[in-house]
Amino acid sequence: MTTAAEPSSTEEQAEPTAAESDDHASTQAAGGKPRRRSQFVGTDRRVFLAMLLIPTTIHILIVWIPTILSIGLSLTKWNGIRIADLEWSALENYDQIILGAFQQDFFQALLNNVWLLLFLFFGPTLLGMFLAYLLDKSIRGSRIYQSVFYTPVVLSLAVVGFIWQNIMYDQEFGLATWAFGGGENVAWLGNQEFLFEFGGYGLSKNFLAILVAMAWRHTGYIMVLYLAGLKSVDASLKESASLDGCNEWQTFRHVLFPTLKPINVIVVVITVIEALRAFDIVYVLNTPRNTELLSILTTDNLIGEGADNIGRGSAYATMLFLLCIGFVLWYVTNHYRNQEASV
Amino acid sequence: MTDTATTVTTAAANPTKATKKIVTKKKPLRPARVVLHVFLIVMGILWLTPLVVSLYASFRPFSDTQANGFLSLPSSVSFDNYKAALDQGDFLDKYWNTALILFPSLILTLFLASMIAFVASRYTWRFNIFFLVLFTAGNLLPQQIMVAPLFQAFRRIPLPEFMSNSGNLNGSNWAIILLHVGFQMGFCTFVLSNYMKLLPKELNEAAMVDGASLWTTYSKVVMPLTRPALAALATLEFAWIYNDFFWAVIFEQRGDDRPITSALANLGGEFVTDTNVVAAASIFVIIPVMVVYFALQKHFIAGLTLGSTKG
Repeated sequence: MTTAAEPSSTEEQAEPTAAESDDHASTQAAGGKPRRRSQFVGTDRRVFLAMLLIPTTIHILIVWIPTILSIGLSLTKWNGIRIADLEWSALENYDQIILGAFQQDFFQALLNNVWLLLFLFFGPTLLGMFLAYLLDKSIRGSRIYQSVFYTPVVLSLAVVGFIWQNIMYDQEFGLATWAFGGGENVAWLGNQEFLFEFGGYGLSKNFLAILVAMAWRHTGYIMVLYLAGLKSVDASLKESASLDGCNEWQTFRHVLFPTLKPINVIVVVITVIEALRAFDIVYVLNTPRNTELLSILTTDNLIGEGADNIGRGSAYATMLFLLCIGFVLWYVTNHYRNQEASV
Repeated sequence: MTDTATTVTTAAANPTKATKKIVTKKKPLRPARVVLHVFLIVMGILWLTPLVVSLYASFRPFSDTQANGFLSLPSSVSFDNYKAALDQGDFLDKYWNTALILFPSLILTLFLASMIAFVASRYTWRFNIFFLVLFTAGNLLPQQIMVAPLFQAFRRIPLPEFMSNSGNLNGSNWAIILLHVGFQMGFCTFVLSNYMKLLPKELNEAAMVDGASLWTTYSKVVMPLTRPALAALATLEFAWIYNDFFWAVIFEQRGDDRPITSALANLGGEFVTDTNVVAAASIFVIIPVMVVYFALQKHFIAGLTLGSTKG
């Protein structure tokens, strides 16, 4: 519980100083320490604190304290029944995951997260960017095409999983079997063989089938982001590039792409986070093996039959946290720093 | 679809926005344009296939698609699969249960996020950026990281029986609402603070000179101007909360209590023998979010891009 005190104590530090800001007037007080005068007094001060602290408390209780507790739990062995059963186990869970009995599970799941990330970058991201580029040209029916490609984005990944399992990947009647099966049944989601393998790890065929279904949803998302970016590019820029004799590829590569940098950053962030967070589709399809992701391992060890050690589930969760936190903080602090600089 | 034929010919007249102004004469049909449209039409058809075939299959008897495939002409068309899905899946109850979670979550999230965005983006004080970083970073963490302690805590927080079947927070709609509010607040704070930052600084000063209190400045000055961002966020969050699968699967163990999207996790087992009933069940699940999407498409897309472009 000592770890849990951390965020709330920073919050308390923030509280008294929060309302006492160096506001515009105080900076005019020349010389020495700037006078610290409260920006808000009386009722305004109480309202300020309420508007700040009510949302912050809920957010910290739901997001940050549990995150820190997960890291704490990862150093214990616990069946979750009584708090008294909780035993300190130091790095034993990590030892079991990285070197011991769960090594195979962990590294295959980690590798699947990597496949997912690479696939999202080279599949849906490039396709989405390409579609956005095409639809940004003033072609007839551009809006209709946009709606078509965007429609799967509004569906939950769980529903995407169901629709693909049912219509595309049915062993006998699925459209994928009809198109590529050559009259034979194909176990699209049941085949856990590796497509290619190295040292007991690889990319399984059923996971690839899941990746394709995910691409169906992700492409439209990326397309919308790039379309918004391309729309904000000055039309005269494209015009002058074509007048200067740039061909389409040169215009895109040297004129449009550099101006899309903010969108590229967002797309990278969204894709990395999606790749780490993906859960629904794998859970709902409940395919035999080799499709696990870190998110699935985390929850397998928390609920259901395999949930004998919450410490191990928390160790998987901590790995997930370590994989994303540096990246998340880098993006978020940069975002607000740039915003401060531009306002 | 008859449009597309004329589309190809007329589109050639204005290849790009830029040249449209310069070249007013009708150009001959460029082969590149034809290729472009053929490509987009083929892609579009492929893209819609899973949904359209689902819809088509949902009206046909299982025996028919089993004998002739999904793409065959129908022997008969009926609502039988929908009736079967309704009987087995209790979708009307589940819609209601979803609404009980969705609307309180949506309203609370937007309300709380707008308050923190207001104090942290419209005023400068020592830790305002720290708070914005906290909320935005919190929203980007995968939910699985925090689920174990939440699950263990919620199991131990008692609730009176009229609020929860299980006698504790775990398994009740309150838990799901709380989780959505705590988690989604991050994204809404991010978008709203970006938006509020762009409103003129002088607004606050003018309100202060007029003697407006902090609350009046928030509710009467800043919030009305933030309406476009709120509309966009409300639409987007509607879909996100509606589509949530994870929280409800973990925290509502009884399938009957679950909102509709996560109820899918049970449906698989029940219907697995009849793909066309599953198709009808899927259609039941996607109807509300599709209706909202088609009615409010503009807000929907604005919501996504508000988060991505700075103004």
